[in-house]
Amino acid sequence: MFEKDTIAAIATGLTDSGIGIIRISGPGAVEVGDGLFRLPGGRYFLKDAASHVMQYGFAVDKNRNMEIEEDSATNGYDIIDEVMAVVMRGPRSFTGEDTVEIQCHGGVYVMQRILETALKCGARLAEPGEFTKRAFLNGRMDLSQAEAVMDVIQSQNQYALSSSVNQLKGALSEKIKELRGEIIYEIAFIESALDDPEHISLEGYQEKLYGKVEQLLHHIGRLIDTAYDGKLAKEGINTVIVGKPNVGKSSLLNRLIGQERAIVTNVAGTTRDVLTESIRLGDIHLNIVDTAGIRSTEDYVEKIGVDKAKKYADEADLILYVVDASADLDENDREIADFIKNKKRIVLLNKSDLEVRVKEEEMISLFAGNEIQHTKNQEEIFQENHCKRDTIQKENFYIIRTSAKEGEGMDVIEQTVKSMFFHGEIKSSSEVFITNMRHKENLQEAYDSLLLVKKSIEDEMPEDFFSIDLMNAYGALGRIIGEEVEDDLVEEIFSKFCMGK
Amino acid sequence: MVKELREKADVCVIGAGHAGCEAALACARLGFETIVFTVSVDSIALMPCNPNIGGTSKGHLVRELDALGGEMGKNIDKTFIQSKMLNLSKGPAVHSLRAQADKADYSREMRKVLENQDRLTIKQAEVCEILWEDINDWDNNIYESSQEENPQEKDCKKESEIGNGSHRGRKKKVTGVKTFTGRIYECRAVILCTGTYLGARCLCGESITYTGPNGLQAAAYLTDSLKKMGIELRRFKTGTPARMDGRSIDYSKMEEQRGDEKVVPFSFSTDPKTVQKEQVSCWLTYTNERTHDIIRNNLDRSPIYAGIIEGTGPRYCPSIEDKVVKFAEKERHQVFLEPEGLHTNEMYVGGMSSSLPEDVQLAMYRTVPGLENCRIVRNAYAIEYDCINARQLKRTLEFKDIEGLFSGGQFNGSSGYEEAACQGLVAGVNAAMLLMGKEPMIIDRSEGYIGVLIDDLVTKDNREPYRMMTSRAEYRLLLRQDNADLRLRKKGYEAGLVSSEEYQALAQKTSLIKGEVERLKNTMMGANREMQEFLEAHGSSSLKTAASLAELLCRPELSYEDLKEIDRERRPLPEAVLEQVEIEIKYEGYILRQKRQVEQYKKMEKKLIPENIDYDKVISLRLEARQNLKLFRPASIGQASRISGVSPADVSVLLVYLEHYGK
Repeated sequence: MFEKDTIAAIATGLTDSGIGIIRISGPGAVEVGDGLFRLPGGRYFLKDAASHVMQYGFAVDKNRNMEIEEDSATNGYDIIDEVMAVVMRGPRSFTGEDTVEIQCHGGVYVMQRILETALKCGARLAEPGEFTKRAFLNGRMDLSQAEAVMDVIQSQNQYALSSSVNQLKGALSEKIKELRGEIIYEIAFIESALDDPEHISLEGYQEKLYGKVEQLLHHIGRLIDTAYDGKLAKEGINTVIVGKPNVGKSSLLNRLIGQERAIVTNVAGTTRDVLTESIRLGDIHLNIVDTAGIRSTEDYVEKIGVDKAKKYADEADLILYVVDASADLDENDREIADFIKNKKRIVLLNKSDLEVRVKEEEMISLFAGNEIQHTKNQEEIFQENHCKRDTIQKENFYIIRTSAKEGEGMDVIEQTVKSMFFHGEIKSSSEVFITNMRHKENLQEAYDSLLLVKKSIEDEMPEDFFSIDLMNAYGALGRIIGEEVEDDLVEEIFSKFCMGK
Repeated sequence: MVKELREKADVCVIGAGHAGCEAALACARLGFETIVFTVSVDSIALMPCNPNIGGTSKGHLVRELDALGGEMGKNIDKTFIQSKMLNLSKGPAVHSLRAQADKADYSREMRKVLENQDRLTIKQAEVCEILWEDINDWDNNIYESSQEENPQEKDCKKESEIGNGSHRGRKKKVTGVKTFTGRIYECRAVILCTGTYLGARCLCGESITYTGPNGLQAAAYLTDSLKKMGIELRRFKTGTPARMDGRSIDYSKMEEQRGDEKVVPFSFSTDPKTVQKEQVSCWLTYTNERTHDIIRNNLDRSPIYAGIIEGTGPRYCPSIEDKVVKFAEKERHQVFLEPEGLHTNEMYVGGMSSSLPEDVQLAMYRTVPGLENCRIVRNAYAIEYDCINARQLKRTLEFKDIEGLFSGGQFNGSSGYEEAACQGLVAGVNAAMLLMGKEPMIIDRSEGYIGVLIDDLVTKDNREPYRMMTSRAEYRLLLRQDNADLRLRKKGYEAGLVSSEEYQALAQKTSLIKGEVERLKNTMMGANREMQEFLEAHGSSSLKTAASLAELLCRPELSYEDLKEIDRERRPLPEAVLEQVEIEIKYEGYILRQKRQVEQYKKMEKKLIPENIDYDKVISLRLEARQNLKLFRPASIGQASRISGVSPADVSVLLVYLEHYGK
């Protein structure tokens, strides 16, 4: 960590905002900056630029085979965005090192692409608190500030770990655990045979391992592909639709998709059995996990559907709880209410086109007793946002009457979500992307290590050479799920979280 | 009136097993008057369990020990009766030498070495007490020596202070030892190598004897003295199988296991010609379902399963009871019959250690093919003993809180002769370094199995006797048994245990290796017809452009020997040199990858933590981390990161603190 390499990160929050800043710091900052920034004439610039002077130009990326604007001066490159760039030469910068900052339009996608390009150009993703730490180490801070840095490291690490682990509770982490389990089994087998050659034979083992490695490569390769497709890099509010069967979850989802302005993806996510829709409501992305999808594949056991929904609900930023307002509440509703009681949620009294049997008061009492008192005055917020009377906000949840069939109440949902978001009640997890960058790096490392194992087998190397690279692959996968503590701990330390300061 | 006998020495070594011998030899060889105590002079370098030295990873240890100037390798070269290089079909990193020893011969030869070592005195006596005084960490103000007036009273006071964890800044210093007869030996360093003798008891079914191994006298009093010094002790257990009368064994029902035709010596100083001698065989047979039934039916009489044994036994060296219970699906287990020496017909029954009662043992052994009529000379037994959690030690094997007190061997929670010997040497050298006021000798994880062994012992929480294994060495591709001299000779020479002739020999070897590797890399071979024919003949693909000899050697199907045909400038080189050349070139890619890993590791290892660091001043450390760091006081950031309960974030916090501290 104290090696002087060049680091980069998004310095502003990873939400859609007016301006986003990508900060690059270290001895290679200018070089990295020149890799991605061009003047309108297409010239390199930063190398010779005056310090602390803003310059207008473009952030470009040469490695994508997308359409190239014919008349662009930056021929051969994709233009990511119009940006302002500034070089701050050390020691007159925050970190005391050469620093380049790129100010772009604050879209999440744009910021991510610029950061990704910076990494391609040779920067390393900064760790949480790393800019601050460098500032301290370069004598830009006094002791009390340094103590604050240590606090930041500790608290951010804990947050990063909890949030990244949280994100990974799903199928991806299970998949990785499974792969790791398979790898460690092979290592253990080889090791035991090496340590006890008289009892354990490795005869015929190479062929078996070869098959195994090919399988592993296949699985990890697929995970990497999804990561590159951006399917892993879901920014936005993780939203889960829950509810009993036949209350209208799927119709609601279809309505929302029909209503939204742009579908970003419509693919089976990292989890083979769950459909994830990314929907844009105004400036807000919702990643909707359709537990209805789960239901349809597992009709035979009611319980499994509920359990799965529970799991996703656990990781969700927001829950849309759909209730069939034309049928009485029952034990299942109580169970659902219980497991989402600590979550940000919107209750949708659906099928409002039919005879209404469930009243708002019943919903409130369903959650009552388990509620944490909410202090904020939500009524005011709703008035500001011109919420209609058909939105009832009680404590920390909202009740909206909808008819997915007729399309009623959809606009209210949108407004409610927006208002919750802008008032900080729900947040998109800004480190999702960053975590995924690390996942990608580690998946690639595991993949490369397994390729080396394969090559060792092909070269008929002795078995003990396999375990070196198998171990490496095991370690790399372990870093994704935070289960391996490496010798080079400082590098590893904040791997699950990044902030630009 | 009885006069108190007082004698002076520099170093007292307690115990003359494999650790004690190396420790005592190292100290005496480095110029210090040394006394080595043993409960029986006849038990010097005794091998109370298996009759062999080496084996997977242990063979590495012996070679490293030899490179450092230890005695074990030379001694086994003198006394082996069968030798085998294990894992030859696998990579060079896991080749491992193992030799059957003539036990009596091994012991006798080692005793001879000790007896002929200048400055070394052997003393048969039981040490009952370590004498010590308080010193102050800050100003070295030596408190009044305690042991003469009333040791009990003051010691007890100390103990309670330690219990409160208030001993920071207060240290002790050893001043001598006291034997059972009351004789006092004043000294500046003490090395504890008590093996399995401390508070030992042996169990054979329902019968319990309070003895050390082989019926030897146990050390009954020292434990109390150590406890009074604030040393925390625990109990481990190990076991040994029965020995058979060789005449009662039917070898025709067993498979013969012969030694290697060409014997490789352990020691780098042994001339290979001197070890080519006639060897004896070992024999392989198997247990069967009948054996297992007898064991299962009598488990209630096993002290382990009946709960009589409290000590923790090793998982990697299970008793036959354990094997049958834990691997119930296995229909048979291997049993090796190994001779205990040339002048005895006793045979060691490898793989069947047990603590079952005598009658069950006999019945169980007699189900094994070839042992139907066997007569037991010595029964199998389990032994329990006092040892420490080595996390109380520094990497020099000196106690963190007691200046001049070192320990090595099974007392540190390890198992095995080789592990013990290595620790003995490291403790001995470092005791000598302390007395000379020189920098200690520390071997890290990337330098040798010894480094792995000691780092694991002093850093990790080991809950069973620690045995070396190749899988514990993360950089094992670099830590081969063939290059132990290249890795460690220099350290041994610097310490003063390796003679300048031995060191010169190494320098010559190094330069020959380097020269030949360079020659192979620089000798280009054209892609001519002769070359293509040569390649075809060896089943290797043809060359498109010219290639160096080294590049050709990288091909798995081509060996250095094969290349002789086309390598006209080749000159004769010693075999040990060729071995290194071939490995270095053939496995270059792997070796490079491993070296990169080592660089990462070294970075953290080099960041030292000052001994007087006050962890309470490091804000932001989590409580658990703070407690563990205070308790174990790691020497480096690398070591800190391996302590359980210290998270990566804690390490980073510590780094930031140290950076500030360093300013």
